[in-house]
Amino acid sequence: MADEARRDRDSPLAGLGKFVPRSVVGWLGLGFIAVIVFWLGANLVNDPGEFLNVGFIGLTNGAVYALVALGYTLVYGILQLINFAHGDVFALGGLVASSVLVGWLGLSNTSSTGAIIVGIALALLISVVFASTLNVGIELAAYRRLRNAPRLAPLITAVGISFILQDVGLIQWGVEFQTVEKLIPNSVAFSVGSVIFQWDKLGVLLLTVPVLIALTWLVRSTKQGKAMRATSQDMDAAAMMGINVNRTISFTFALAGGLAGAGGLLYFLHFTSMRYDTGFQLGLIAFTAAVLGGIGNLAGAVLGAICIGLIEQFNEGLELYSPGSDWTRSIVFGILIAILVFRPEGLLGERTPEGG
Amino acid sequence: MADSFRERLDSLPAPARRLLLPGVVILFGLLYPTLLPYLDDIPLIGTLLPAVGTVVIMIVFTMMAVGLNVVVGYAGLLDLGYVAFYAAGAYTAAWLASQQFEQVTFHLGSVGINPELPGIHLSMWLVLIIAGCFTGLVGIAIGLPTLRLRGDYLAIVTLGFGEIIPQFVRNADSIKGFDLTHGAFGISPIDSPGFGEALNDSVGLPVNYQQSTSRAELYFYTAIVLLLFTVFVSVRLRDSRLGRAWIAIREDETAAAAMGVPLMRTKTWAYAIGAVFGGIAGAYYAAFKSGAFPSDFYFNLSIFILCMVILGGMGSVWGAIVGGLLLSYLDQEGLAKIGTEVGIEDVPKYNFGIYGLIIVLVMLFRPTGLIPERRHKRELEEGVRDTPFYDVQHEGSDTDRDARND
Repeated sequence: MADEARRDRDSPLAGLGKFVPRSVVGWLGLGFIAVIVFWLGANLVNDPGEFLNVGFIGLTNGAVYALVALGYTLVYGILQLINFAHGDVFALGGLVASSVLVGWLGLSNTSSTGAIIVGIALALLISVVFASTLNVGIELAAYRRLRNAPRLAPLITAVGISFILQDVGLIQWGVEFQTVEKLIPNSVAFSVGSVIFQWDKLGVLLLTVPVLIALTWLVRSTKQGKAMRATSQDMDAAAMMGINVNRTISFTFALAGGLAGAGGLLYFLHFTSMRYDTGFQLGLIAFTAAVLGGIGNLAGAVLGAICIGLIEQFNEGLELYSPGSDWTRSIVFGILIAILVFRPEGLLGERTPEGG
Repeated sequence: MADSFRERLDSLPAPARRLLLPGVVILFGLLYPTLLPYLDDIPLIGTLLPAVGTVVIMIVFTMMAVGLNVVVGYAGLLDLGYVAFYAAGAYTAAWLASQQFEQVTFHLGSVGINPELPGIHLSMWLVLIIAGCFTGLVGIAIGLPTLRLRGDYLAIVTLGFGEIIPQFVRNADSIKGFDLTHGAFGISPIDSPGFGEALNDSVGLPVNYQQSTSRAELYFYTAIVLLLFTVFVSVRLRDSRLGRAWIAIREDETAAAAMGVPLMRTKTWAYAIGAVFGGIAGAYYAAFKSGAFPSDFYFNLSIFILCMVILGGMGSVWGAIVGGLLLSYLDQEGLAKIGTEVGIEDVPKYNFGIYGLIIVLVMLFRPTGLIPERRHKRELEEGVRDTPFYDVQHEGSDTDRDARND
């Protein structure tokens, strides 16, 4: 593998050569992509309007996934740890938001617009603060002690923490789904041709896009972001350059937790129901998204999440040759496996030794 | 008294001494159903003891823990989808010993059922062997494309398979109109193990477990035999050339490859053998429950079994047994019973959290587990900073590779 990579770099046609598979496995992967392209193409020709509508829903779902996927990627980037508990931090964030919105403020779809906006802002604040505090606490209590342990140790610990958090959710909120009425109405904002843009979906995008822009700015242009990038490249060298590594890692966990909290609120508003194990399910999807985009790569996580959102919706919404919603999760995990086997570095990531 | 016992113990030859403790444990295990009525009278402990039927389930889970220990403990391949093999085994039993395939009528050594009954009905003993082989093949099929991944990437791929296979089972009730798994209802009833009339008359072996008056005991003894077989194979493999190769890979994949260990083949063997045990356990459990249901194969089960291996001590067979028996006991009866004793109701609600807590506490305070494997213990206690699951350093400063260069 390493040889091939070197050949890729040395050859003048390196860019092109990357796409020509060299093995049976590679051709299989290419065939796999061809099938997907054919499937999408057939549906686009069949009913373009429906295709775009379904695509828009997929994009919205993808935006919610992106917030969670970013948390995985941020933590992985800095500690090379798959934070299994991240999905459950997201779920607890969403459940806290549900308690604020429904239990405490008692909002429903008949509440005034002002009340809803203030309520959502308040819930957003509370769930973000809650989730980031929780995430920092987890890092302090568990992962920090294991930083020099064999790599399996923190991963297994993360699984354990995920269980604990799920149980906390179960004990506090019970097995029933917490539900909310559609606080952002799904009335039509505008439509282009036969493609309809609804307020609720636009609302999700309106909340997500600024967050993503702010995050990019934070990582790219601030001193803290620079410290994060330095720490993720080489923790010891970063420490020697005077970067407080522990604080940087705590900050990363706070950031990831905050995104998960915001994601939890948005998920709750958008899908209107969640319970203690929602986070585990969604965590796996979001993690797939992060791997698909190339784990450790922020833009990759967003791209991967949108891809997953689209694939899910296309699978459930398109008419021609779609396996249907029974198979959605199999398809998502099938993609995860295919990506890891065929292109472990993901869409935008770099090759890692784990890719073999 | 204690002294003379100690002396007599020391004067025993080494192999006998080594086998003494396992021998006593096995003997107690074999006598458990007979002893249970007497033990029940002991205050407190008596009420907490599991019923024989529960012990069967505990042993099945322990078998899986011992099987997973081969993959995770010996070879260091984190498998988060072990439940897939369990499902494969259970469904092999369901396909080959039930009325699922009504289109054909095929009987081979079936006991206690009408020989005209449609469907495939093989003897359960044969089914256990076939289930082991089939699941081993599934393990190889999953392993071949994925085992070149390392560390946590492999964990994620196995997790993906662990999610897909149960969903496949749930959805495969009409593949082009063909009912493979009977969907969410599962396949039931499954034929019972047994030895048939002929062997009953000549040797006195039971005809049919399911219809026997001492059903639980029969299943119990067979489970013990299966567990002993699993442990035997597992211990012998550990001490074999293959076992040493696994441990070498676990310790340092790159170094192992440099010393001439064929990585892919060795890893695939670990995977296949772990799968075989999972398959046999699954098939036997399906026979015990007389059904294979998709709701049994949830993701958390993979974690649960992993938890047994970790609690016991990764790589340690006795650890896997203790961890398996302890956790499956807590899961099946223990927590509820202890809860009643202490006066807390609704204990199952806390199950998850308790297992999570066990995992976290073990990892933080006793990463070698209850019964540590020697080598693993040394590795963790003497602090190897070159992480065995990764060959490029991102964390830590003084890796032993650096130290060697100094």
